[in-house]
Amino acid sequence: MLRTEEMLLNVGPQHPSTHGVFRLVLKIDGEIIKEAKPVIGYLHRGTEKLAENLQYTQIIPYTDRLDYLAAMTNNYVLCHAVETMMDLKIPDRAEYLRVIAMELGRVASHLVWWGTYLLDIGAVSPFLYAFREREMIINMLNELSGARLTFNYMRVGGVKWDAPEGWIEKVGEFIPYMREQLKGYHDLVTGNEIFMNRVKGVGRYTKEDAINYSLSGANLRCTGVKWDLRKDEPYSIYDRFDFNVPVQEGGDAWARYHVRLAELEESLKILEQAVEQFPKEGEILAKVPKIIKAPKGEAYVRIESPRGEIGCYIASDGKKEPYRLKFRRPSFYNLQILPKLLEGENIANLIAILGAIDIVLGEVDG
Amino acid sequence: MVEELLQSQPGLLNFGIFFLLATVLLLVVLGFVTYAILAERKVMGFMQLRHGPNQVGGRWGLLQTVADVLKLLLKEDTIPKLADRPLFILAPVIAFAPAFMVLATIPLTDHLQFADIGVGLLYYIAISGLTTVGVVTGGWASNNKYALLGGMRAAAQMISYEIPLVMSVIGVILFAGSLNLNDIVAAQDEQGWFILWQPIAFLVFIIASVAELNRTPFDLPEAESELVAGFHVEYSGFRWAFFMLAEYVYLFAMASLTTVLFLGGWLPPFDFLGFIPGAVWFALKFSVVIFFLVWIRVTFPRLRADQLMEFGWKVLLPVALANIFLTALVKELLKLF
Repeated sequence: MLRTEEMLLNVGPQHPSTHGVFRLVLKIDGEIIKEAKPVIGYLHRGTEKLAENLQYTQIIPYTDRLDYLAAMTNNYVLCHAVETMMDLKIPDRAEYLRVIAMELGRVASHLVWWGTYLLDIGAVSPFLYAFREREMIINMLNELSGARLTFNYMRVGGVKWDAPEGWIEKVGEFIPYMREQLKGYHDLVTGNEIFMNRVKGVGRYTKEDAINYSLSGANLRCTGVKWDLRKDEPYSIYDRFDFNVPVQEGGDAWARYHVRLAELEESLKILEQAVEQFPKEGEILAKVPKIIKAPKGEAYVRIESPRGEIGCYIASDGKKEPYRLKFRRPSFYNLQILPKLLEGENIANLIAILGAIDIVLGEVDG
Repeated sequence: MVEELLQSQPGLLNFGIFFLLATVLLLVVLGFVTYAILAERKVMGFMQLRHGPNQVGGRWGLLQTVADVLKLLLKEDTIPKLADRPLFILAPVIAFAPAFMVLATIPLTDHLQFADIGVGLLYYIAISGLTTVGVVTGGWASNNKYALLGGMRAAAQMISYEIPLVMSVIGVILFAGSLNLNDIVAAQDEQGWFILWQPIAFLVFIIASVAELNRTPFDLPEAESELVAGFHVEYSGFRWAFFMLAEYVYLFAMASLTTVLFLGGWLPPFDFLGFIPGAVWFALKFSVVIFFLVWIRVTFPRLRADQLMEFGWKVLLPVALANIFLTALVKELLKLF
């Protein structure tokens, strides 16, 4: 007797394309997905709980390990939250260093996304090209902070280290180089017929879906919602720069690809202006007490990370440790739409859809 | 010599000679495969900002593949508990044997050919189709879901691309008037290389052969980002090496066939260059084809299974059929004048 049956397929936690330890339990009929159930938590370290027993400066290294591809933004969101509670005035030089570091981080993060996404789609070379450029950024951030990935660079009130001599010029030289490389990226990949066929119309959702699922970052902007916290709720010194918020209407993986590549260019624009305006002299740390105590009360701040809106909520009872700390981790929220997108797709599209969301498992699992 | 032997009485001596010849061919092929893998890794490294092998065997990594093969020989040979044991063991052999069998008919020069079969081209195509059986068997016998999906993809892909491949060479056959590979090269001596006469067939043939070889952008059966390793996910050690070996021997065979069918085999491009031996020309053209295949692999992303099918049936096959019609027409028109 011939019969067909659904097959249960475990994708992950050890799988080349889940970008970390992420597991998907699929019910498939042939190669068509009937139901997808994401299982997360393999990388959970309890950052938020740990933070309750740590002084504010001690929490910073933990934030490095959330979104480890753009650790500078995580550093910043925590410091920004504490600074907001303490109502600190940050020296200009420190703010510029922070913005340059964050935007470099954004470029590096998008480069990793671009490379690994193409790797998911089946092209190996772009990954290595992207990492060549990322390596330069990592080296620059290494010179700045002394670490390649987990920078632990920012402090409440400013930054830990001043820029070494000639560093700003180095960043300045990197910008035109990166622009040149971006052209190469477009030549190699963007116009490629096979690539277009793989991503066009794949993983499409509407503006309403995106808002209902609380998506942010490129995942939101790809549906035509012009929402970027750097522009709409300027923090730090972002109001001093002239840049655009790239938006696409498609809502599919193709639109997300274009939004991210356009964001790379906008980040370079910000970097260019920041390098130009960079103050020659000045403090890098505001006057802060040795032991930082946030005043009693609570605060929620949100900023634009490469993956979307990262928020930090602190409730303090006036001690040197927070009473409660919570991160709004954009990867975690962006991932929620995945089961809906996967229904009825085939396995090859699964990879293209998951990759286009751009998750970092350190951030998903907290 | 082979002709005479074939005509003579069967005996132990004849068997010995044939056995020896086959061993020589095997050694030649294995020697080639060793360095083709190295060349591919070096070229890929060059294109991907890497060095490629540069430790074992001097700075060119000349012994890297040898070391890899030795490592694979020493590795533990694991067979999953719930696998279909006999089939699991048989599959790599089924995949590899045809790859080696097809090589016999390839004329490397006008003298160096191991079996001059009248329907050499047909033989090649028929035998090379058998490898799919090995791949599907391996995928099925592993008792692994990823392997099964890979095996199914392989079956679907091979069937879809075998047909345009065969259809595309019909144009060549019409021009040469023979299925014998020697005659096809001889015909190119008179008429010029078939890549000039049959550009459409050449394109279809190259695309279909990349698909036959399971290489990017058609590497769906072993798509590492989707199916981990596809049909050979459960294989390890030397059984795995056999699958890889089959793949690279096919690379050798396909590049040779492309050279013979479209690039004039061992013929020099211009007559005044005829003093250079045919083997050199063959090797040169053949290397260009190999380089081209590696280049494709480095550049392109992977197609999706349904797009692959669509492309095979809706684009390649009609184009190949139209080419047959066009070829016949041109041939008739040429006769008129």
